[in-house]
Amino acid sequence: MRLPFGAWVVLGFLLLAAFGPLLAPYSPSAIDLEAEYALPSAAHLLGTTDNGVDVLSVVLHGARLACLIALGAVLVSLTVGTLLGTLAGLRGGLTDHVITGVADLVQAFPSIVLNIAILALTARPGLLHVVLALSANGWVLFARLSRAETLRLREAEFVQAARALGASEARVLGRHVVPNLAGPLLVQASAALGGAVLAESTLSFLGLGPGQVASWGALLDQGSAVLLRFPHVALISGTVIALTVLGFNLAGDWLRDRLDPKTR
Amino acid sequence: MPQFGRYLLQRFARALLTVWGVVTLVFLLVHLIPGDPLDAILGEQAAPEDRAALRASLRLDRPLPEQYARFVGEVLDGTLGHSFRSRDSAVSTLIAEVLPHTGLLALTSMSLALLLALPLGSLAAVRRGTGWDRAASLTAMLGLAIPNIWLGPLLVLLFGVQLRWLPLPGDDAAGPSALILPTLTVGTALMAVLTRQTRASMIEVLSEQYVRAAHARGLSPVAVLFRHALRNALLPVLTVSGAQLGSLLGGTVIAEKIFERPGLGTLFLEAFFDRDIPVIQGCVLVVAVTYVVVNLVIDLLYGVADPRVRLS
Repeated sequence: MRLPFGAWVVLGFLLLAAFGPLLAPYSPSAIDLEAEYALPSAAHLLGTTDNGVDVLSVVLHGARLACLIALGAVLVSLTVGTLLGTLAGLRGGLTDHVITGVADLVQAFPSIVLNIAILALTARPGLLHVVLALSANGWVLFARLSRAETLRLREAEFVQAARALGASEARVLGRHVVPNLAGPLLVQASAALGGAVLAESTLSFLGLGPGQVASWGALLDQGSAVLLRFPHVALISGTVIALTVLGFNLAGDWLRDRLDPKTR
Repeated sequence: MPQFGRYLLQRFARALLTVWGVVTLVFLLVHLIPGDPLDAILGEQAAPEDRAALRASLRLDRPLPEQYARFVGEVLDGTLGHSFRSRDSAVSTLIAEVLPHTGLLALTSMSLALLLALPLGSLAAVRRGTGWDRAASLTAMLGLAIPNIWLGPLLVLLFGVQLRWLPLPGDDAAGPSALILPTLTVGTALMAVLTRQTRASMIEVLSEQYVRAAHARGLSPVAVLFRHALRNALLPVLTVSGAQLGSLLGGTVIAEKIFERPGLGTLFLEAFFDRDIPVIQGCVLVVAVTYVVVNLVIDLLYGVADPRVRLS
Protein backbone atom coordinates (compact mmCIF):
# COMPACT_ATOMS: atom_id res chain seq x y z
CA MET A 1 0.00 0.00 0.00
CA ARG A 2 1.33 3.42 -0.95
CA LEU A 3 1.12 5.90 1.87
CA PRO A 4 0.41 9.52 0.98
CA PHE A 5 2.34 12.52 2.31
CA GLY A 6 0.00 13.11 5.27
CA ALA A 7 0.37 9.57 6.56
CA TRP A 8 4.16 9.82 6.34
CA VAL A 9 4.12 13.02 8.37
CA VAL A 10 1.91 11.41 11.02
CA LEU A 11 4.15 8.34 11.10
CA GLY A 12 7.24 10.53 11.41
CA PHE A 13 5.61 12.52 14.21
CA LEU A 14 4.74 9.37 16.15
CA LEU A 15 8.28 8.02 15.73
CA LEU A 16 9.73 11.35 16.88
CA ALA A 17 7.47 11.29 19.92
CA ALA A 18 8.53 7.72 20.75
CA PHE A 19 12.27 7.96 20.10
CA GLY A 20 12.98 11.69 19.71
CA PRO A 21 14.10 12.32 23.30
CA LEU A 22 16.58 9.41 22.98
CA LEU A 23 18.05 10.91 19.80
CA ALA A 24 18.31 14.46 21.14
CA PRO A 25 21.98 15.52 21.13
CA TYR A 26 21.55 17.77 24.20
CA SER A 27 19.19 18.18 27.12
CA PRO A 28 16.41 20.66 26.26
CA SER A 29 17.46 22.64 29.34
CA ALA A 30 21.24 22.58 28.75
CA ILE A 31 22.41 26.19 28.87
CA ASP A 32 25.30 27.43 26.75
CA LEU A 33 25.39 31.22 27.00
CA GLU A 34 28.35 31.43 24.61
CA ALA A 35 26.20 30.05 21.81
CA GLU A 36 22.92 31.93 22.34
CA TYR A 37 20.79 32.19 19.15
CA ALA A 38 23.51 30.49 17.11
CA LEU A 39 22.64 29.72 13.49
CA PRO A 40 22.48 26.06 12.44
CA SER A 41 25.93 24.47 12.48
CA ALA A 42 27.56 21.06 12.93
CA ALA A 43 27.37 21.39 16.74
CA HIS A 44 23.75 22.57 16.70
CA LEU A 45 22.03 21.24 13.59
CA LEU A 46 19.03 23.58 13.95
CA GLY A 47 20.86 26.33 15.83
CA THR A 48 20.15 27.49 19.38
CA THR A 49 17.54 29.62 21.14
CA ASP A 50 17.30 31.46 24.49
CA ASN A 51 20.37 30.77 26.70
CA GLY A 52 21.95 28.73 23.92
CA VAL A 53 19.53 25.82 24.28
CA ASP A 54 19.77 23.44 21.31
CA VAL A 55 16.73 23.87 19.03
CA LEU A 56 16.83 20.32 17.64
CA SER A 57 16.72 18.88 21.17
CA VAL A 58 13.72 21.07 22.04
CA VAL A 59 11.96 19.98 18.85
CA LEU A 60 12.63 16.29 19.62
CA HIS A 61 11.48 16.54 23.23
CA GLY A 62 8.58 18.79 22.24
CA ALA A 63 7.28 16.10 19.88
CA ARG A 64 6.70 13.80 22.83
CA LEU A 65 4.88 16.48 24.81
CA ALA A 66 2.68 17.40 21.85
CA CYS A 67 1.95 13.73 21.16
CA LEU A 68 1.09 12.86 24.77
CA ILE A 69 -1.26 15.82 25.11
CA ALA A 70 -2.89 15.28 21.72
CA LEU A 71 -3.40 11.54 22.27
CA GLY A 72 -4.73 12.13 25.77
CA ALA A 73 -7.12 14.90 24.75
CA VAL A 74 -8.45 13.01 21.73
CA LEU A 75 -8.84 9.79 23.70
CA VAL A 76 -10.89 11.55 26.42
CA SER A 77 -12.89 13.56 23.85
CA LEU A 78 -13.55 10.49 21.71
CA THR A 79 -14.69 8.35 24.63
CA VAL A 80 -16.89 10.94 26.31
CA GLY A 81 -18.23 12.38 23.05
CA THR A 82 -19.08 9.04 21.48
CA LEU A 83 -20.78 7.75 24.63
CA LEU A 84 -22.93 10.89 24.95
CA GLY A 85 -23.63 11.17 21.22
CA THR A 86 -24.66 7.54 20.81
CA LEU A 87 -26.79 7.79 23.94
CA ALA A 88 -28.53 10.90 22.60
CA GLY A 89 -29.10 9.24 19.23
CA LEU A 90 -30.44 5.99 20.65
CA ARG A 91 -32.54 7.36 23.49
CA GLY A 92 -33.91 10.51 21.85
CA GLY A 93 -36.39 12.56 23.87
CA LEU A 94 -35.19 14.41 26.95
CA THR A 95 -31.75 12.74 27.00
CA ASP A 96 -31.16 13.94 23.46
CA HIS A 97 -32.37 17.48 24.28
CA VAL A 98 -30.11 17.79 27.32
CA ILE A 99 -26.98 16.43 25.62
CA THR A 100 -27.52 18.47 22.44
CA GLY A 101 -28.28 21.55 24.54
CA VAL A 102 -25.05 21.26 26.55
CA ALA A 103 -23.09 20.66 23.33
CA ASP A 104 -24.62 23.82 21.79
CA LEU A 105 -23.78 25.75 24.93
CA VAL A 106 -20.13 24.67 24.98
CA GLN A 107 -19.85 25.61 21.31
CA ALA A 108 -20.68 29.23 22.18
CA PHE A 109 -17.27 29.46 23.87
CA PRO A 110 -14.25 29.83 21.58
CA SER A 111 -12.18 26.75 22.35
CA ILE A 112 -8.97 28.62 23.12
CA VAL A 113 -10.80 31.01 25.48
CA LEU A 114 -12.44 28.13 27.37
CA ASN A 115 -9.09 26.29 27.58
CA ILE A 116 -7.37 29.35 29.04
CA ALA A 117 -10.17 29.99 31.54
CA ILE A 118 -9.94 26.41 32.79
CA LEU A 119 -6.16 26.52 33.11
CA ALA A 120 -6.42 29.84 34.98
CA LEU A 121 -8.29 28.07 37.75
CA THR A 122 -5.67 25.40 38.35
CA ALA A 123 -2.77 26.09 40.68
CA ARG A 124 0.01 24.64 38.53
CA PRO A 125 -1.22 23.63 35.10
CA GLY A 126 0.37 20.26 34.31
CA LEU A 127 0.06 17.76 31.49
CA LEU A 128 -3.19 16.34 32.81
CA HIS A 129 -4.77 19.77 33.22
CA VAL A 130 -4.00 20.68 29.62
CA VAL A 131 -5.46 17.36 28.45
CA LEU A 132 -8.66 17.97 30.42
CA ALA A 133 -8.89 21.61 29.31
CA LEU A 134 -8.64 20.54 25.66
CA SER A 135 -11.23 17.81 26.23
CA ALA A 136 -13.68 20.29 27.76
CA ASN A 137 -14.73 21.28 24.25
CA GLY A 138 -13.11 18.46 22.26
CA TRP A 139 -15.96 16.05 23.06
CA VAL A 140 -18.58 18.19 21.31
CA LEU A 141 -17.57 17.32 17.73
CA PHE A 142 -17.42 13.60 18.54
CA ALA A 143 -20.82 13.77 20.24
CA ARG A 144 -22.41 15.54 17.26
CA LEU A 145 -20.87 13.12 14.78
CA SER A 146 -21.80 9.95 16.66
CA ARG A 147 -25.32 11.26 17.33
CA ALA A 148 -25.90 12.00 13.65
CA GLU A 149 -24.42 8.66 12.61
CA THR A 150 -26.47 6.77 15.18
CA LEU A 151 -29.66 8.44 13.99
CA ARG A 152 -28.79 7.57 10.40
CA LEU A 153 -27.77 3.98 11.18
CA ARG A 154 -30.82 3.35 13.34
CA GLU A 155 -32.99 3.80 10.29
CA ALA A 156 -30.58 2.24 7.78
CA GLU A 157 -31.95 -0.65 5.78
CA PHE A 158 -29.29 -3.14 6.82
CA VAL A 159 -30.00 -2.39 10.50
CA GLN A 160 -33.72 -2.80 9.99
CA ALA A 161 -33.03 -6.01 8.10
CA ALA A 162 -30.98 -7.32 11.03
CA ARG A 163 -33.82 -6.44 13.39
CA ALA A 164 -36.35 -8.09 11.12
CA LEU A 165 -34.22 -11.25 11.13
CA GLY A 166 -34.61 -11.30 14.90
CA ALA A 167 -31.22 -9.96 16.02
CA SER A 168 -31.14 -8.74 19.61
CA GLU A 169 -30.69 -5.03 20.37
CA ALA A 170 -27.18 -5.73 21.70
CA ARG A 171 -26.24 -7.60 18.55
CA VAL A 172 -27.61 -4.81 16.35
CA LEU A 173 -25.52 -2.31 18.31
CA GLY A 174 -22.35 -4.37 18.48
CA ARG A 175 -22.35 -5.92 15.01
CA HIS A 176 -24.02 -3.26 12.90
CA VAL A 177 -24.07 0.17 14.49
CA VAL A 178 -20.70 0.46 16.26
CA PRO A 179 -18.55 -0.93 13.39
CA ASN A 180 -20.12 1.59 11.06
CA LEU A 181 -19.46 4.40 13.53
CA ALA A 182 -15.77 3.54 13.65
CA GLY A 183 -14.88 4.93 10.22
CA PRO A 184 -16.23 8.47 10.60
CA LEU A 185 -14.93 8.62 14.18
CA LEU A 186 -11.44 7.63 13.02
CA VAL A 187 -11.47 10.37 10.39
CA GLN A 188 -12.63 12.88 12.98
CA ALA A 189 -9.98 11.67 15.42
CA SER A 190 -7.22 12.27 12.90
CA ALA A 191 -8.31 15.86 12.35
CA ALA A 192 -8.78 16.29 16.12
CA LEU A 193 -5.22 15.09 16.78
CA GLY A 194 -3.90 17.81 14.49
CA GLY A 195 -6.16 20.29 16.22
CA ALA A 196 -4.91 19.22 19.64
CA VAL A 197 -1.25 19.54 18.59
CA LEU A 198 -2.06 23.05 17.42
CA ALA A 199 -3.98 23.86 20.62
CA GLU A 200 -1.08 22.68 22.80
CA SER A 201 1.33 24.79 20.74
CA THR A 202 -0.99 27.78 20.96
CA LEU A 203 -1.32 27.50 24.75
CA SER A 204 2.45 27.15 25.14
CA PHE A 205 2.94 30.04 22.70
CA LEU A 206 0.75 32.21 24.92
CA GLY A 207 2.83 31.10 27.91
CA LEU A 208 0.05 28.98 29.42
CA GLY A 209 1.37 25.52 28.63
CA PRO A 210 2.04 22.75 31.08
CA GLY A 211 5.28 24.43 32.15
CA GLN A 212 7.53 21.87 30.49
CA VAL A 213 10.97 22.85 29.29
CA ALA A 214 10.50 21.65 25.74
CA SER A 215 7.41 22.68 23.85
CA TRP A 216 7.05 23.70 20.19
CA GLY A 217 4.74 26.57 21.05
CA ALA A 218 7.10 27.95 23.68
CA LEU A 219 9.96 27.70 21.19
CA LEU A 220 7.91 29.65 18.63
CA ASP A 221 7.20 32.25 21.32
CA GLN A 222 10.93 32.61 22.07
CA GLY A 223 11.61 32.79 18.34
CA SER A 224 8.96 35.49 17.84
CA ALA A 225 10.55 37.61 20.55
CA VAL A 226 13.89 37.66 18.68
CA LEU A 227 12.33 37.52 15.22
CA LEU A 228 14.05 40.68 13.99
CA ARG A 229 17.57 39.50 14.75
CA PHE A 230 17.43 35.68 14.82
CA PRO A 231 14.51 34.55 12.64
CA HIS A 232 15.71 30.93 12.41
CA VAL A 233 14.19 29.93 15.78
CA ALA A 234 10.68 31.03 14.79
CA LEU A 235 11.04 29.73 11.24
CA ILE A 236 12.04 26.24 12.38
CA SER A 237 9.51 25.85 15.19
CA GLY A 238 6.67 27.33 13.12
CA THR A 239 7.42 24.99 10.22
CA VAL A 240 7.43 21.96 12.53
CA ILE A 241 4.03 22.91 14.00
CA ALA A 242 2.45 23.76 10.63
CA LEU A 243 3.78 20.60 8.99
CA THR A 244 2.46 18.35 11.77
CA VAL A 245 -1.00 19.93 11.73
CA LEU A 246 -1.14 19.76 7.94
CA GLY A 247 -0.03 16.11 8.06
CA PHE A 248 -2.86 15.12 10.39
CA ASN A 249 -5.43 16.96 8.27
CA LEU A 250 -4.22 15.35 5.04
CA ALA A 251 -4.12 11.94 6.72
CA GLY A 252 -7.72 12.49 7.84
CA ASP A 253 -8.82 13.37 4.29
CA TRP A 254 -7.01 10.32 2.96
CA LEU A 255 -8.62 8.05 5.57
CA ARG A 256 -12.04 9.44 4.72
CA ASP A 257 -11.58 8.68 1.05
CA ARG A 258 -10.30 5.18 1.76
CA LEU A 259 -13.02 4.31 4.26
CA ASP A 260 -15.85 5.58 2.11
CA PRO A 261 -16.55 2.90 -0.48
CA LYS A 262 -18.47 5.44 -2.56
CA THR A 263 -15.38 7.50 -3.36
CA ARG A 264 -13.17 4.51 -4.14
CA MET B 1 -47.08 37.53 9.26
CA PRO B 2 -48.19 35.61 12.35
CA GLN B 3 -45.84 32.78 11.40
CA PHE B 4 -42.92 35.15 11.17
CA GLY B 5 -43.84 36.56 14.58
CA ARG B 6 -43.78 33.10 16.05
CA TYR B 7 -40.47 32.38 14.38
CA LEU B 8 -38.99 35.57 15.89
CA LEU B 9 -40.34 34.73 19.32
CA GLN B 10 -38.98 31.19 19.20
CA ARG B 11 -35.51 32.32 18.21
CA PHE B 12 -35.44 35.01 20.89
CA ALA B 13 -36.58 32.57 23.55
CA ARG B 14 -33.93 30.07 22.55
CA ALA B 15 -31.18 32.71 22.49
CA LEU B 16 -32.24 33.94 25.93
CA LEU B 17 -32.11 30.38 27.25
CA THR B 18 -28.62 29.95 25.79
CA VAL B 19 -27.43 33.20 27.39
CA TRP B 20 -28.74 31.97 30.74
CA GLY B 21 -26.89 28.70 30.15
CA VAL B 22 -23.71 30.63 29.33
CA VAL B 23 -23.98 32.68 32.52
CA THR B 24 -24.53 29.54 34.57
CA LEU B 25 -21.66 27.69 32.96
CA VAL B 26 -19.28 30.62 33.52
CA PHE B 27 -20.35 30.70 37.17
CA LEU B 28 -19.92 26.96 37.55
CA LEU B 29 -16.48 27.02 35.92
CA VAL B 30 -14.92 28.06 39.22
CA HIS B 31 -16.67 25.23 41.04
CA LEU B 32 -16.44 22.48 38.44
CA ILE B 33 -12.69 22.53 38.13
CA PRO B 34 -11.02 20.14 40.53
CA GLY B 35 -8.83 21.78 43.17
CA ASP B 36 -9.30 24.91 45.22
CA PRO B 37 -9.31 28.16 43.20
CA LEU B 38 -7.53 29.75 46.18
CA ASP B 39 -4.49 27.56 45.41
CA ALA B 40 -4.48 28.99 41.92
CA ILE B 41 -4.73 32.58 43.16
CA LEU B 42 -2.52 32.58 46.25
CA GLY B 43 -0.31 29.59 45.63
CA GLU B 44 -0.40 26.47 47.74
CA GLN B 45 1.81 27.79 50.57
CA ALA B 46 -0.34 30.79 51.47
CA ALA B 47 -1.00 31.57 55.14
CA PRO B 48 -4.32 30.29 56.49
CA GLU B 49 -5.43 33.83 57.46
CA ASP B 50 -4.85 35.06 53.91
CA ARG B 51 -6.80 32.16 52.52
CA ALA B 52 -9.71 32.76 54.89
CA ALA B 53 -9.75 36.47 54.07
CA LEU B 54 -9.72 35.87 50.34
CA ARG B 55 -12.30 33.11 50.64
CA ALA B 56 -14.61 35.53 52.42
CA SER B 57 -13.98 38.40 50.00
CA LEU B 58 -14.70 36.08 47.08
CA ARG B 59 -17.76 34.87 48.99
CA LEU B 60 -16.57 31.30 48.38
CA ASP B 61 -17.58 30.58 52.00
CA ARG B 62 -21.22 31.29 51.23
CA PRO B 63 -23.67 28.60 50.13
CA LEU B 64 -23.62 27.88 46.38
CA PRO B 65 -27.15 29.19 45.62
CA GLU B 66 -26.29 32.50 47.33
CA GLN B 67 -23.09 32.80 45.30
CA TYR B 68 -25.04 32.05 42.15
CA ALA B 69 -27.67 34.68 42.96
CA ARG B 70 -24.93 37.28 43.53
CA PHE B 71 -23.26 36.35 40.26
CA VAL B 72 -26.48 36.61 38.28
CA GLY B 73 -27.18 39.91 40.04
CA GLU B 74 -23.81 41.29 38.94
CA VAL B 75 -24.51 40.23 35.38
CA LEU B 76 -27.94 41.86 35.44
CA ASP B 77 -26.74 45.16 36.93
CA GLY B 78 -24.02 45.23 34.27
CA THR B 79 -20.95 45.42 36.53
CA LEU B 80 -19.88 41.75 36.12
CA GLY B 81 -18.27 42.00 39.57
CA HIS B 82 -15.03 43.71 40.56
CA SER B 83 -11.45 42.98 39.55
CA PHE B 84 -9.15 41.55 42.25
CA ARG B 85 -6.18 43.60 41.17
CA SER B 86 -7.80 46.96 40.64
CA ARG B 87 -10.48 46.70 43.28
CA ASP B 88 -12.27 49.89 42.38
CA SER B 89 -12.95 48.97 38.79
CA ALA B 90 -16.00 47.07 37.74
CA VAL B 91 -15.09 44.27 35.35
CA SER B 92 -17.49 45.71 32.79
CA THR B 93 -15.59 49.05 32.84
CA LEU B 94 -12.28 47.27 32.19
CA ILE B 95 -13.86 45.33 29.34
CA ALA B 96 -15.61 48.36 27.83
CA GLU B 97 -12.26 50.20 27.67
CA VAL B 98 -10.63 47.56 25.46
CA LEU B 99 -13.60 46.07 23.62
CA PRO B 100 -13.57 48.58 20.70
CA HIS B 101 -10.01 47.49 19.76
CA THR B 102 -11.03 43.83 19.57
CA GLY B 103 -14.34 44.64 17.91
CA LEU B 104 -12.55 46.59 15.17
CA LEU B 105 -10.07 43.77 14.55
CA ALA B 106 -12.86 41.17 14.44
CA LEU B 107 -14.80 43.35 12.00
CA THR B 108 -11.90 43.96 9.63
CA SER B 109 -10.96 40.26 9.73
CA MET B 110 -14.52 39.13 8.99
CA SER B 111 -14.78 41.69 6.17
CA LEU B 112 -11.48 40.63 4.66
CA ALA B 113 -12.54 36.98 4.77
CA LEU B 114 -15.89 37.68 3.09
CA LEU B 115 -14.47 40.11 0.52
CA LEU B 116 -11.93 37.54 -0.64
CA ALA B 117 -13.96 34.37 -0.20
CA LEU B 118 -17.12 35.40 -2.06
CA PRO B 119 -15.49 36.27 -5.41
CA LEU B 120 -12.87 33.53 -5.12
CA GLY B 121 -15.39 30.81 -4.22
CA SER B 122 -17.88 31.97 -6.88
CA LEU B 123 -15.20 32.08 -9.53
CA ALA B 124 -14.08 28.58 -8.60
CA ALA B 125 -17.66 27.32 -8.88
CA VAL B 126 -18.43 29.02 -12.18
CA ARG B 127 -15.11 28.03 -13.76
CA ARG B 128 -15.13 24.59 -12.19
CA GLY B 129 -12.17 22.35 -13.03
CA THR B 130 -10.10 25.19 -14.54
CA GLY B 131 -6.94 26.84 -13.27
CA TRP B 132 -9.10 29.34 -11.35
CA ASP B 133 -10.75 26.53 -9.45
CA ARG B 134 -7.43 24.92 -8.60
CA ALA B 135 -5.94 28.25 -7.54
CA ALA B 136 -8.89 28.86 -5.22
CA SER B 137 -8.62 25.34 -3.74
CA LEU B 138 -4.91 25.78 -3.18
CA THR B 139 -5.43 29.16 -1.50
CA ALA B 140 -8.07 27.64 0.76
CA MET B 141 -5.88 24.68 1.66
CA LEU B 142 -2.88 26.87 2.49
CA GLY B 143 -5.05 29.26 4.49
CA LEU B 144 -6.36 26.38 6.57
CA ALA B 145 -2.97 24.74 7.01
CA ILE B 146 -1.06 27.75 8.36
CA PRO B 147 -1.63 28.11 12.11
CA ASN B 148 -2.22 31.74 13.08
CA ILE B 149 0.50 31.60 15.75
CA TRP B 150 2.84 30.96 12.82
CA LEU B 151 1.23 33.18 10.20
CA GLY B 152 1.57 36.27 12.44
CA PRO B 153 5.36 36.04 12.91
CA LEU B 154 5.78 35.14 9.21
CA LEU B 155 3.87 38.24 8.12
CA VAL B 156 5.93 40.41 10.47
CA LEU B 157 9.12 38.91 9.06
CA LEU B 158 8.04 39.44 5.45
CA PHE B 159 6.22 42.78 5.47
CA GLY B 160 7.76 44.36 8.56
CA VAL B 161 11.36 43.23 8.54
CA GLN B 162 12.23 42.31 4.94
CA LEU B 163 10.06 44.62 2.85
CA ARG B 164 9.53 47.30 5.53
CA TRP B 165 6.10 48.06 4.07
CA LEU B 166 4.17 47.80 7.30
CA PRO B 167 4.83 48.77 10.93
CA LEU B 168 6.37 46.31 13.37
CA PRO B 169 4.46 45.09 16.44
CA GLY B 170 4.34 47.60 19.27
CA ASP B 171 4.93 50.62 17.02
CA ASP B 172 2.63 53.13 18.72
CA ALA B 173 3.18 55.83 16.09
CA ALA B 174 1.70 53.66 13.35
CA GLY B 175 -1.72 54.63 12.06
CA PRO B 176 -4.40 52.42 10.58
CA SER B 177 -1.75 50.48 8.66
CA ALA B 178 -0.95 48.75 11.97
CA LEU B 179 -4.25 46.91 11.56
CA ILE B 180 -3.33 45.20 8.28
CA LEU B 181 -1.12 42.37 9.54
CA PRO B 182 -3.32 41.48 12.55
CA THR B 183 -6.32 41.42 10.18
CA LEU B 184 -4.51 39.01 7.86
CA THR B 185 -3.46 36.84 10.82
CA VAL B 186 -7.01 36.52 12.12
CA GLY B 187 -8.90 36.52 8.81
CA THR B 188 -6.92 34.07 6.68
CA ALA B 189 -8.30 30.85 8.18
CA LEU B 190 -11.87 32.17 7.97
CA MET B 191 -11.26 33.24 4.38
CA ALA B 192 -10.21 29.67 3.58
CA VAL B 193 -13.28 28.13 5.22
CA LEU B 194 -15.65 30.58 3.53
CA THR B 195 -14.03 30.11 0.10
CA ARG B 196 -14.72 26.39 0.34
CA GLN B 197 -18.27 27.00 1.53
CA THR B 198 -18.99 29.58 -1.19
CA ARG B 199 -17.68 27.24 -3.86
CA ALA B 200 -19.73 24.30 -2.57
CA SER B 201 -23.01 26.18 -2.23
CA MET B 202 -22.53 27.99 -5.55
CA ILE B 203 -22.04 24.66 -7.33
CA GLU B 204 -25.22 23.38 -5.72
CA VAL B 205 -27.25 26.48 -6.57
CA LEU B 206 -26.00 26.65 -10.16
CA SER B 207 -27.56 23.27 -10.89
CA GLU B 208 -30.97 24.34 -9.52
CA GLN B 209 -34.00 24.55 -11.79
CA TYR B 210 -34.53 28.26 -11.18
CA VAL B 211 -31.01 29.08 -12.36
CA ARG B 212 -31.50 27.05 -15.52
CA ALA B 213 -34.90 28.68 -15.98
CA ALA B 214 -33.31 32.12 -15.64
CA HIS B 215 -30.72 31.20 -18.26
CA ALA B 216 -33.50 29.85 -20.50
CA ARG B 217 -35.43 33.11 -20.15
CA GLY B 218 -32.44 34.77 -21.78
CA LEU B 219 -31.08 36.65 -18.78
CA SER B 220 -27.46 37.66 -19.06
CA PRO B 221 -25.04 35.32 -17.27
CA VAL B 222 -24.02 38.17 -14.95
CA ALA B 223 -27.62 38.82 -13.92
CA VAL B 224 -28.22 35.13 -13.31
CA LEU B 225 -25.06 34.90 -11.26
CA PHE B 226 -25.77 37.86 -9.02
CA ARG B 227 -29.55 37.98 -8.83
CA HIS B 228 -30.33 34.28 -8.71
CA ALA B 229 -27.29 32.22 -7.81
CA LEU B 230 -25.16 34.26 -5.41
CA ARG B 231 -28.17 35.46 -3.43
CA ASN B 232 -29.19 31.90 -2.64
CA ALA B 233 -25.65 30.66 -2.18
CA LEU B 234 -24.98 33.39 0.37
CA LEU B 235 -27.21 31.91 3.06
CA PRO B 236 -25.09 28.87 3.98
CA VAL B 237 -22.00 31.09 3.81
CA LEU B 238 -23.61 33.41 6.34
CA THR B 239 -24.39 30.49 8.64
CA VAL B 240 -20.83 29.22 8.46
CA SER B 241 -19.51 32.72 9.20
CA GLY B 242 -21.60 32.74 12.36
CA ALA B 243 -20.45 29.30 13.41
CA GLN B 244 -16.82 30.37 12.82
CA LEU B 245 -17.14 33.49 14.95
CA GLY B 246 -15.77 31.60 17.93
CA SER B 247 -12.51 30.71 16.25
CA LEU B 248 -12.33 34.25 14.86
CA LEU B 249 -12.55 35.70 18.37
CA GLY B 250 -10.02 33.10 19.56
CA GLY B 251 -7.75 34.34 16.78
CA THR B 252 -7.95 37.91 18.07
CA VAL B 253 -6.46 36.75 21.40
CA ILE B 254 -3.45 35.39 19.51
CA ALA B 255 -3.12 38.38 17.18
CA GLU B 256 -3.27 40.81 20.10
CA LYS B 257 -0.41 38.97 21.76
CA ILE B 258 1.73 38.80 18.59
CA PHE B 259 1.13 42.43 17.59
CA GLU B 260 1.15 43.79 21.15
CA ARG B 261 -2.27 45.34 20.70
CA PRO B 262 -4.65 46.29 23.49
CA GLY B 263 -7.95 44.41 23.53
CA LEU B 264 -10.08 41.79 25.15
CA GLY B 265 -7.48 39.09 24.51
CA THR B 266 -4.70 41.08 26.16
CA LEU B 267 -6.93 41.83 29.15
CA PHE B 268 -7.82 38.14 29.31
CA LEU B 269 -4.20 36.99 29.25
CA GLU B 270 -3.19 39.56 31.89
CA ALA B 271 -6.07 38.33 34.03
CA PHE B 272 -4.81 34.77 33.53
CA PHE B 273 -1.36 35.57 34.88
CA ASP B 274 -2.87 37.56 37.78
CA ARG B 275 -5.44 34.80 38.34
CA ASP B 276 -7.97 37.64 38.39
CA ILE B 277 -11.00 35.35 38.31
CA PRO B 278 -13.78 37.96 37.98
CA VAL B 279 -12.05 39.49 34.95
CA ILE B 280 -11.53 36.02 33.43
CA GLN B 281 -15.20 35.20 33.93
CA GLY B 282 -16.23 38.57 32.51
CA CYS B 283 -14.15 38.14 29.34
CA VAL B 284 -15.43 34.61 28.77
CA LEU B 285 -18.99 35.78 29.31
CA VAL B 286 -18.71 38.71 26.89
CA VAL B 287 -17.20 36.52 24.17
CA ALA B 288 -19.79 33.75 24.52
CA VAL B 289 -22.73 36.16 24.65
CA THR B 290 -21.39 37.93 21.54
CA TYR B 291 -21.37 34.55 19.81
CA VAL B 292 -24.97 33.87 20.80
CA VAL B 293 -26.20 37.34 19.78
CA VAL B 294 -24.44 37.36 16.40
CA ASN B 295 -25.80 33.91 15.61
CA LEU B 296 -29.28 35.04 16.62
CA VAL B 297 -29.01 37.99 14.21
CA ILE B 298 -27.84 35.64 11.44
CA ASP B 299 -30.76 33.31 12.18
CA LEU B 300 -33.17 36.22 11.90
CA LEU B 301 -31.56 37.45 8.66
CA TYR B 302 -31.91 33.94 7.35
CA GLY B 303 -35.60 34.05 8.17
CA VAL B 304 -36.00 37.39 6.38
CA ALA B 305 -34.05 36.29 3.31
CA ASP B 306 -35.52 32.84 2.92
CA PRO B 307 -39.26 32.41 3.50
CA ARG B 308 -38.84 28.63 3.57
CA VAL B 309 -37.02 28.94 6.89
CA ARG B 310 -39.58 30.99 8.76
CA LEU B 311 -42.64 29.23 7.38
CA SER B 312 -41.55 25.67 8.07
